[in-house]
Amino acid sequence: MNKRLMPYYLMTVPAVVLFFVFLTLPALQGVYYSFTNWNGFGDNFDFIGFKNYINLLKDGNVGNAYWFTFKFAVVVTILINIFSLLIAMGLNARIKARNFLRGIYFLPNILSVLIVGYIFNYLFSNVFTIWGQNLGIEWLSTNILGSEQHAWIGIVVVAVWQGIAYNTILYLAGLQTIPQTLYEASNLDGANRWQEFWKITFPLIAPFFTINMVLAMKNSLMVFDQIVALTNGGPGRATQSISHLIYTGGFEGGEFAYQSANSVIYFILIATISIVQIRFLQRREGDM
Amino acid sequence: MRTKTNWTVMILITLGTILILFPLYMTITIALKTPEDMLASVFGLPKELHFENFTNAIRMTNFFNALGNSAMVTTATVVLTLLTNSLVAYAIARNMNRKFFKGLYFYFISAMFIPFPIIMLPLVKLTAGFNMTNLVGLTILHTVYALAFNVFVYVGYIKSIPVALEEAARVDGTSTWGTFWRIIFPIMAPINATVGILICLSTYNDFLLPLIIISDTDSYTLPLVQYIFQGQFNTDFNLAFASYLMAMLPMIIIYLFAQKWIINGITQGAVK
Repeated sequence: MNKRLMPYYLMTVPAVVLFFVFLTLPALQGVYYSFTNWNGFGDNFDFIGFKNYINLLKDGNVGNAYWFTFKFAVVVTILINIFSLLIAMGLNARIKARNFLRGIYFLPNILSVLIVGYIFNYLFSNVFTIWGQNLGIEWLSTNILGSEQHAWIGIVVVAVWQGIAYNTILYLAGLQTIPQTLYEASNLDGANRWQEFWKITFPLIAPFFTINMVLAMKNSLMVFDQIVALTNGGPGRATQSISHLIYTGGFEGGEFAYQSANSVIYFILIATISIVQIRFLQRREGDM
Repeated sequence: MRTKTNWTVMILITLGTILILFPLYMTITIALKTPEDMLASVFGLPKELHFENFTNAIRMTNFFNALGNSAMVTTATVVLTLLTNSLVAYAIARNMNRKFFKGLYFYFISAMFIPFPIIMLPLVKLTAGFNMTNLVGLTILHTVYALAFNVFVYVGYIKSIPVALEEAARVDGTSTWGTFWRIIFPIMAPINATVGILICLSTYNDFLLPLIIISDTDSYTLPLVQYIFQGQFNTDFNLAFASYLMAMLPMIIIYLFAQKWIINGITQGAVK
């Protein structure tokens, strides 16, 4: 081995060891356990092949958690991207107190998701209901977190409220890379605001659109803290996300191996969605 | 045309801040009220300030112990992350033409797509076996799990630093280690700030990792304390909100002082 290269190899050793032990190894173990019937404690377990995976397909609770998580993730991703792009364009326009306003819009990102969830939990049960009653809006007069049909909307509200902050900053970074001269030129050519947006702004921030879509999707597919703080999966199992199901089933329900199999499927889905999203959006970036 | 203030946008953006500030206004006012005040008016300002909500919450949640734990884990994670993650990223960035390092790069960043729940269950067994169900373990795990994203950000940054600087140092007889610590690490200050801020926020606010790792109540971090507290005292909202406010306050204070820096840092990290 080249003597000059030696220090570089040594630099990587601690990171590689720790990374392997605490990330790769547990991931491999998870895959291994998914083929057993281990309950998480005790020494006795058998190798049962694909039985867990087959049972997962028939399990209504699992199907329910996937349906909830996907519905939630798609809605949140779309809403976050629409709002954060609008806010970023607003913050990038000629306005006063720009830095101050940017500071306020980024504030939700520095707060704990769990605590924000608790605060909104109170607002949903004791504050928004008062508005609903005063304004005579029926669906708002009772706590929507207690409703099987509407509880997921409450979680969407909280996730969007907090998620917008980070994506806004990323869009803002993207908008600042666009040279002003392009807008001046399009003004001379008589382009209207709508054309300006679709022909200049949007194509030029396409890479940021890709990052934001992938990040928002990935984060909302992993939703956990908000669920714990707002509904704990209820009412019934109406708002149980996949990660919440893995946590409760794996640690409290004695379904260690079974939920390991669930995790493997969850991982394959997240990885596939992220890769497909990146491929698809990058191809569009090229087209524009 | 674009030199004057755009008042339509200005007004819309200002109105939008109400949506951000309203929940925070409610948090502060509820933390300072009594249940009787709340019955009189949920939205109004408190008639008199009830700071005993804070003192009671401090006592009941053992607040300063949790704050100390959170501060310790966050500080240690930031320091450890800056020292170790930058080092391995440097080795990778400077040897990207070699198969081993390139492979390592993709090995690390592929972990960005691994959802935490897939390693959550085996991890609990693993950390129990290593006696790591404590604050030290929490620090190490936070550092390891941030590696994927940080290597990605660091490598991008280091590539933009000219190699000529290091070659000059090497001609002068400085070792590779010396070159890193004395020349590269100081040049990386802006990206270190970005990574440091992001790690600080994510470690301080993290709930799931401490939830599964920490079993000893004395080692609880702030989010964990709020979780337990919520279960036990969910009827006394004033007390609960006082404790939420105190748990969020350290980051809000840091944010007030370093706001511009934090936003710029995150913008820079994103563009890389």
